[in-house]
Amino acid sequence: MRVELQNISKRFGSVQANDQVSLLVEAGTIHGLLGENGAGKSTLVKVLSGFISRDSGAVLLDEKSVEIKTPANAIAAGIGMLHQDPLDFPPLSVLDNFMVGKTGTGFIDRGRSLRQLQQLAAHFNFNLNGYETVNNLTVGERQQLELLRLLSLGVSTLILDEPTTGISASQKTALFEAVKQLAAQGKSIIFVSHKLEDVEELCDRVTVLRHGKVIGRAEIPCPDAVLIEMMFGRELALPLKPQTRQSEAALQLEKIRVDTDRLSLHLGDLTVYKGEVIGLAGLEGSGQELLLLLCAGLLHSASGQMVINGMEMTHKPYQEYLDRGIGYLPADRLKEGLVSGLSIHEHVALRTPARSFFVDWKETLKQTVQAIAIFNIRGKPNTPVERLSGGNQQRTQLALLPVPLNLLLMEHPTRGLDIESVLWVWQQLIARCQTGTTILFMSSDLDEIMRYSDRVIVFSGGQASRPIAVADLTVDRLGELIGGRLSDTMEPLAIS
Amino acid sequence: MTQKTLYYQLAAIALALLFITTIILVVGASPIEVIAAMWSGSFGTVGQFARVIATLAPLLLCASGLLFTFTAGLYNLGIEGQIAFGAIVSTFAIQLTQNALSPALVILLAILMGGVGGVLWGLLTGALNVYGRINEIFAGLGLNFVADGLALYLIFGPWKREGVASMSGTEPFSEALWLPTFGDTDASPIALLIAIVAVAITLITLQGTYFGLRLRAVGQNLRASYTLGIPSIRQLLSAFAICGGFAGVAGALQVLAVFHRLIPNISSGLGYLALLVAMLVGLNAWFILPVAFFFSALNIGSLQLPLDLNLESSLAGVIQGTLVLFVLLGRGVSESLRQAPKNPTS
Repeated sequence: MRVELQNISKRFGSVQANDQVSLLVEAGTIHGLLGENGAGKSTLVKVLSGFISRDSGAVLLDEKSVEIKTPANAIAAGIGMLHQDPLDFPPLSVLDNFMVGKTGTGFIDRGRSLRQLQQLAAHFNFNLNGYETVNNLTVGERQQLELLRLLSLGVSTLILDEPTTGISASQKTALFEAVKQLAAQGKSIIFVSHKLEDVEELCDRVTVLRHGKVIGRAEIPCPDAVLIEMMFGRELALPLKPQTRQSEAALQLEKIRVDTDRLSLHLGDLTVYKGEVIGLAGLEGSGQELLLLLCAGLLHSASGQMVINGMEMTHKPYQEYLDRGIGYLPADRLKEGLVSGLSIHEHVALRTPARSFFVDWKETLKQTVQAIAIFNIRGKPNTPVERLSGGNQQRTQLALLPVPLNLLLMEHPTRGLDIESVLWVWQQLIARCQTGTTILFMSSDLDEIMRYSDRVIVFSGGQASRPIAVADLTVDRLGELIGGRLSDTMEPLAIS
Repeated sequence: MTQKTLYYQLAAIALALLFITTIILVVGASPIEVIAAMWSGSFGTVGQFARVIATLAPLLLCASGLLFTFTAGLYNLGIEGQIAFGAIVSTFAIQLTQNALSPALVILLAILMGGVGGVLWGLLTGALNVYGRINEIFAGLGLNFVADGLALYLIFGPWKREGVASMSGTEPFSEALWLPTFGDTDASPIALLIAIVAVAITLITLQGTYFGLRLRAVGQNLRASYTLGIPSIRQLLSAFAICGGFAGVAGALQVLAVFHRLIPNISSGLGYLALLVAMLVGLNAWFILPVAFFFSALNIGSLQLPLDLNLESSLAGVIQGTLVLFVLLGRGVSESLRQAPKNPTS
């Protein structure tokens, strides 16, 4: 089926997630949708698959305009989406999951469904037992199940959202084989990814998004450098940051291993100095956020040691990290950092050390007014935080950080902010560094990393490079390192 | 509360009244007569008014407790069991000490032990919720059955009346252990005083203290409040404990002031009624007094309906439920309209 999206726009609050995005996928082709996290890829495919309603634009299937308002509409129109996190029902069996969503007359024919499942699985060389509980499946197997389910519903356009995250190499091979077969049968495939190698291996052509806009289109094969330039942009960034690094060590890590369901992060020995800014580069989900959570005290390491400002901090309770002046700014401000429903004033009061049982509302109001002035927050003390714009939410988060601040961990400190706020935020942060605050931050904006870091650590699939001085880097080279060409160009920081 | 939200609430109440009027008309009665009958049923005589007050005291205690759990984002449906367990522990304390201590001391001890029992039952719900990962609604409902079962076992077993055990409960206590009342009525000044103190504590704690502020943060966003350094587990357990404590005291008052013995279903459904009160009040603790008063007046006034108008007294429940549903609906509608596309102020 030929799929065409015309001038799709979608805005979330102050963020223009899609800005006049057009995309054309011919039947029988695999089309890559490339871009960093936050570029608007997911929004676009969710519009197509009915999870999000667009603000404007049109969807054409086989050159006929269609209205897709719900995922059910999308399936009926022949569009199925394979989500990054499988949307299945873990307590149910594989067969039950397979049958979910089938339309029928009310009675289900388990025998027929089982035969259909087995046939499809055999066709694609998937090894799925219909009576197994989905809970016991790997992410890759769940993905295979979901793929078969969508096919059994008769979809003729398949959207794959970051399908290679968290699956094994052999599962990836099987998935790619299946996808190529489906394209050969005339199905149109949209492959959403930020992994260059996957796109190059699988796709016929790509569309690259950045900041919600289409930056360019290319036929595959296409040189890495061209794709990277489109993904990350390439304004020449001069390091603007003054020298703030001191000789005293602030953070020392020894043979750290962090395990999560999705990823294991292995780090060798790492020393970060007082006043230093370390940029953590890498595709999202490569392990940067694990390092930040670890240093913030929100995640425990499976092994290894961590010393902060000379204090052994391995496996200490979170409160102790706060007491030691370690601050953490999450990327999802309203979910993880701020409490919707409470005002700026109430947030300030929450962070004021309690001197008595009662809140001194007058005193905290004074502090709030002061914080609003210092941090230039456009809001009143009684404004609920969810009513603030992204930039002002970030300023509020900054105002709530512990004082003195020894170590600051940040996820995407300026994501979704306007330029004025970005400059202001970094001005504040650098001022903190000059007083001895150490900063580790992750960002998908390479310019930001190049401009404000002293050294950069590049992450790829749970491994980290040695810290590289910014002076030794260019945006291009950084882009190459991020693209997963880590091992052949430089020695990794550690291999377990 | 913004101006608009207020309009929605008023519209919701108007709709609820319209709906209730329709129901009354459908069952073939006159709304005016119903109002008159309920008014005289609750305020007609001193005795009737006293019964409104007697119902009000435990209702205020329970609704105050529930404001803590609601603020923490918890639906403490286990409040009925917390009342019952408080009543059981309170009865136990009375039976142990009634022959040894002076009546005043026994009463004091019984009230305290009722609170302790409620705290324990509340904490048990909380522990199941926090550590056992059981939704507090199911944990609470389950423990309600356990507490009711325990009361039945005690009434028909170890604490049964001389001769024959019956649903009418344990042997009544000696009159010296009854809470003193206003004259010859059912209303006890001590119970009312305790309830009002509980309301005052609730108001002050929720609006003026760090504990209250943290509780609100935890209730609105558990994850962010943890990141902000709030000991969220301690906050959640405290909410359960406080709510349980208030409910347990209410249970003790049911034993001491109303029934003068332990009976099955000692809570008389007051916990559920208090849930309705707390839902209607929302997070505006100030409304708790008028709403609880109105609801207990409805409860008592409706007893007049079968006598005067040949109507079921359960009409009170219909009115209460309808009000709560419509007000929640009004809140939901105004919420979803507010979330509809509108740019945040920058």
